[in-house]
Amino acid sequence: MACISPDGKPTESGAKMLRALKAGSGAPEEVASKAGLPLFRVRSGLRELAEAGLAKQRDDKYELSEMGAELIK
Amino acid sequence: MEEIKEQTSHMPRIGEPAPAFEAVTTHGKLKLEDFKGSWLILFSHPADFTPVCTTEFIAFAEIYPELQKRGVELLGLSVDSVSSHIAWVRNVEEKTKVKIPFPIIADLNKEVSLAYGMIHPGQSKTETVRCVFIIDPNQIIRTILYYPLTTGRNMDEILRIIDALQTTDKNAVATPANWRPGDMVVVPPPNTQEMAEERIKQGYEYTDWYLCKKKL
Repeated sequence: MACISPDGKPTESGAKMLRALKAGSGAPEEVASKAGLPLFRVRSGLRELAEAGLAKQRDDKYELSEMGAELIK
Repeated sequence: MEEIKEQTSHMPRIGEPAPAFEAVTTHGKLKLEDFKGSWLILFSHPADFTPVCTTEFIAFAEIYPELQKRGVELLGLSVDSVSSHIAWVRNVEEKTKVKIPFPIIADLNKEVSLAYGMIHPGQSKTETVRCVFIIDPNQIIRTILYYPLTTGRNMDEILRIIDALQTTDKNAVATPANWRPGDMVVVPPPNTQEMAEERIKQGYEYTDWYLCKKKL
């Protein structure tokens, strides 16, 4: 996984996306802009974070899950 | 024979939607749709740790900033494993100080290679030839280039094609042979006799009714 290390911790790019979500939910375009990452990386990364339970998808937007918030405290 | 037939049965064409995929890459699992809204250059190379491919990867990395300015992403592909790709790009960086900034698909099961017609059995039954697919933001294939195993690609031409396609889309014009940004562009030919007769009065560089150029 590109956003989550085998030990379950977010990678640098995963942490950037989680921190971008901490400010509020957002579409991948907004997260990419806040995180300073390419949009294609963010689209695939948010999918991974959601599959791992660190983010939640609502329609076209993503938000931080409780588990995700805990990880970037 | 059946295998060769399977490997060549699907050849995508210009103007068609690019075949969808989900693939393991050096930047994680990526889908074609992740690139929607950007131009994308999907290119294949025969194998990691080979000389011509190494020169091409360095060259692609060198034009990457220019591609980014034009809203273009790069995505490499070969039938090597992701571990091989990682080892190779690390080796390229170590030996040449050039960092490969774009993802590379590890197409071990040849799913993407076959969907895009990247294996040409006359050249190699197992490796992908040097293909370039230029895919627009709506994920339509706009250009296809094929190079043999022995010939490295020309990055100037790839940039030139991007500039030409983007100019065409923006201005509804065509670009003549050897066109470069700043050169005159070709006005689409008229499709009625009346329009053909009017062409001479329209202030274009006029060769004949079917060949008129203008500055942008």
